[in-house]
Amino acid sequence: MNRILATAAAEFRIGFRNRWVAIAMAMMVLFSMVLSAAGSAPSGALGADRLSVTVASLTSLSVYLVPLVALLMSFDAVAGEVERGTLPLLLTYPVSRGEVLVGKLLAHLAILALAIIAGYGVAAVAAIAVDPNATAGLPALWRLVWSSLLLGATFLGTGYAISALSRRPSGAAGLAIALWLVLIVLFDLGLLAAVVADNGGRFTTDVFPYALLANPADAFRLYNLVASDATAAAAGVSGAANTIPAWQSLLSIALWPLAALALAIVAFKKVTP
Amino acid sequence: MTPSLTLKQLTKTFAGFTALNAVSLTIAPGERVALLGHNGAGKSTMMKIILGLIPYDSGEIHVTGAAPGSTTARANTAYLPENVAFHPALTGLEQIRYYLALRGENPAKAMDLLDRVGLTHAAKRRIGTYSKGMRQRVGLAQSLIGHPKLLVLDEPTSGLDPVSRRDFYTLLDGLAADGASILLSSHALTEVEARTDRILILSKGNLVAEGSLPDLRRRAALPVALHITPQADKADVVLAALPEATPKDGGLHILCPQEAKLPMLTRITALGALIADLDVLPPSLEDIYSHFSKRDGQ
Repeated sequence: MNRILATAAAEFRIGFRNRWVAIAMAMMVLFSMVLSAAGSAPSGALGADRLSVTVASLTSLSVYLVPLVALLMSFDAVAGEVERGTLPLLLTYPVSRGEVLVGKLLAHLAILALAIIAGYGVAAVAAIAVDPNATAGLPALWRLVWSSLLLGATFLGTGYAISALSRRPSGAAGLAIALWLVLIVLFDLGLLAAVVADNGGRFTTDVFPYALLANPADAFRLYNLVASDATAAAAGVSGAANTIPAWQSLLSIALWPLAALALAIVAFKKVTP
Repeated sequence: MTPSLTLKQLTKTFAGFTALNAVSLTIAPGERVALLGHNGAGKSTMMKIILGLIPYDSGEIHVTGAAPGSTTARANTAYLPENVAFHPALTGLEQIRYYLALRGENPAKAMDLLDRVGLTHAAKRRIGTYSKGMRQRVGLAQSLIGHPKLLVLDEPTSGLDPVSRRDFYTLLDGLAADGASILLSSHALTEVEARTDRILILSKGNLVAEGSLPDLRRRAALPVALHITPQADKADVVLAALPEATPKDGGLHILCPQEAKLPMLTRITALGALIADLDVLPPSLEDIYSHFSKRDGQ
């Protein structure tokens, strides 16, 4: 445990020195502020409190931003050590590769948590300042915070796996961006096209819900929208969200971080320094 | 007592290229052993196998009685890689504190370790601002953490100036006196001469020589060179008396086998006043090293 914490402390320090803390926080705060400003118009008509509406908007934002920040922080984790030549020495210490990765994960999660709390915090303060009833949305906000961290953990773990598999930072960066595009953007577009082409057939009823659950980003969006009162305020997958029970999407977002970490450890074990 | 390191018929090939060919050796506690060889002779490969970083094909290896790379072996072994590198964003102090924590030691000992390698003044600066020699010292400091039973040092003195190099060997003497075994590699015999108990020479993956420096010197049986400076105008007379001599560098040069050295000296001194000066030049360390490392058909 000490070895994990020591690794986490060193990694957090490196993240702080490399400005990752500042960059991640600035990104989240900036986008949240833009969202708060832009989302101020259509609230009252929906009958939901202001914060719940904000949470729905933040959910859509986080689906893009949290995986991106997580991948940007993690793609260098193993490949960077290989390139700098720091890996052989580290691996001669009595520390397991799993412990090294878990230590890095803790540090990167802490940085992500700072960014998420700062970003969502700004949006929440803005909502509560305008609408005194907005405190009703606090549980939804809390749910968004921890589910965002689970989503972040999934993509951090995936980033480590990519980093270990490609062994060069440049290759890892390319793969990370490709993964982000495929899982976050193209996956939904592909499903949408398939659903349209299927026109209410077996794909839409039998395959589509599981396809959504299989993608950690979609499961995250589903969970937050189903659990929130403001489902109607969000576009996109909201229709599908009603047919999938919340426990299924919750299971998906809870299992993905473990699967991603396991994948990362397996990939890291195959790296010969 | 368990040997710190045992290798038996250790063999490693990379895609058809034999990096190590049936290498056997044993290092006892407290022994300082130098591993010499050209670039590509297999020194780093052997060290990485000992550390459990890369697998080997066949043979046997025990590191402080355990399998290489096992928790026991790693806990007992310290390593200094060739061209050691650290994360440039951390300070020397932070880096050593981290390594102390990984070995389960108190991080507060970091300053003391940096002090031992003469880095106190730069401890709180980022490693990114360090010179190569300073990074090497950070590397040395981390290899001193805990009480390793075996230190594996890959070209530890590269990048160090002559004074630091001497300090470094003094540090090693202290460790060896406390019972630590030291395996260090170098490509220069001159660098390790008086500071190690035993010398191993690797050539193309084969262990071609093993022994103390006097051993190797005797076994190489390289000829001794005698350089004679005759009195002015007497060179012809001396050359006539010593027909095996050849004129060289304004004097006369004779190469003779070790056992013929004393009779030859007797003959030379018999010439008495004809001789102005006489130098006996034993084979240099580089000559001995070249003799062994080139024996395998280079």
